[in-house]
Amino acid sequence: MKIGVLALQGDFLEHIQMLQRLGVEAVEVRLPKHLDGLDGLIIPGGESTTIGKLAVDFGLLDPLRQFGQTHAIWGTCAGAILLSKDIHRPQPLLELMDITVQRNAFGRQVNSFEADLDIPELYRFGEQPRPYHAIFIRAPIIESVSGSARVLATLPDGRIVAAQQGHLLATSFHPELTDDTRFHEYFLSLAD
Amino acid sequence: MEQQVATFAVKKGLAQMLKGGVIMDVVTPEQARIAEDAGAVAVMALERVPADIRAQGGVARMSDPELILKIMDAVTIPVMAKCRIGHFVEAQILEAIGVDYIDESEVLTPADEEHHINKHLFKVPFVCGARNLGEALRRIGEGAAMIRTKGEAGTGDVVEAVRHARAVLGEIRRLQNMPDEELMAYAKSIGAPYELVVETKRLGRLPVVNFAAGGIATPADAALMMQLGMDGVFVGSGIFKSGNPAKRAAAIVKAVTHYNDPAILAEVSRNLGEPMVGRNISQMPESERIAGRGW
Repeated sequence: MKIGVLALQGDFLEHIQMLQRLGVEAVEVRLPKHLDGLDGLIIPGGESTTIGKLAVDFGLLDPLRQFGQTHAIWGTCAGAILLSKDIHRPQPLLELMDITVQRNAFGRQVNSFEADLDIPELYRFGEQPRPYHAIFIRAPIIESVSGSARVLATLPDGRIVAAQQGHLLATSFHPELTDDTRFHEYFLSLAD
Repeated sequence: MEQQVATFAVKKGLAQMLKGGVIMDVVTPEQARIAEDAGAVAVMALERVPADIRAQGGVARMSDPELILKIMDAVTIPVMAKCRIGHFVEAQILEAIGVDYIDESEVLTPADEEHHINKHLFKVPFVCGARNLGEALRRIGEGAAMIRTKGEAGTGDVVEAVRHARAVLGEIRRLQNMPDEELMAYAKSIGAPYELVVETKRLGRLPVVNFAAGGIATPADAALMMQLGMDGVFVGSGIFKSGNPAKRAAAIVKAVTHYNDPAILAEVSRNLGEPMVGRNISQMPESERIAGRGW
């Protein structure tokens, strides 16, 4: 399996290292031609305004939308914003998932946090079911899901922080900043 | 399932999100919006860019919180602000107004000539300048969650940024070839905490994100720093002291993404207008250099 990581800006290297730990070939995607031959794509954390602008400047928006029709895409944080249909402000989006996202939903950096999440879909990875420790950096919230999108994880107060729609996955936190490979394994099961 | 805030993973994590990006100095909300539209990953809010601090002299202090707040209101990307080396009350004020990152910066006039801020005490993360591995690891030991080269700010001359990047990265390469029994004496010789020397050897890189700063003025300068192995770049005076800031800013953003693609670098370097005038560091008296500030 060969997975691409959008490398316009952000923590793409952390994703590549996670994929390599799982024995998967991982390549950087900066131009449309780099999508050829990939089985799936990760859009990393970073600044969604920067990644969106560069995706427009280098003609990636339409190729990414087409890729997402038939291939697995996972967006973490900024990547989740790009996958969404609506973020209440003008910014380039892929509009692939039926989710509405609020940027910087928890406030500024001093409000960034870590928390344990209960994610039943991850129980089949690893020896025994255990919580998923998630890192939120100036994180967005998935305000609502519609259509065929469904909620994958919430905070204790019910706010949505992960969603899935078929082979598309969005998380407002950063599995690539941890040593826990379960979320990457889950994504690979969608790309397979 | 309680939430933990201000952990080192969270502080360092924001810097990881900025990687492969450009952080731009801005002195007004309008400049901040131009920077955001050009693709900046963050802005550094300040009253004067380093070139003007140099030209005007006097004591350079933390900027007026009112200005920083206006810039925070103007953009959705992270906003950084500078405090003087060792001036922990300026840092407390910047934390109180909610900036996303504090730069304990040699560009401002130092408030303490022996000690830096104990950055572990803060919820907000810090970035600090460094000229070599020992200095970088001392700052991380004090709690810095991000490092940048010092370069020589406000000159438009990239030579010092290159020197500092090569020093840090070269020392890490030598460290990787060092047998473990030599690490304690090496830590002593460079004045760095032993545990961080061990961790740096294990990782083969600094334990935190490492940006280039100080003298970057063109897309080629930015790509040079990326090819040398830096994680991203700060551009201070180089953008808003140039002829066409919006165009130059966007070009530098593209150059950092496509730093390994000379055809794209050639394309984005065309017709950018006048660069900042710049000052040749080799002709600058020692007394005017600011990279030596920091201990």
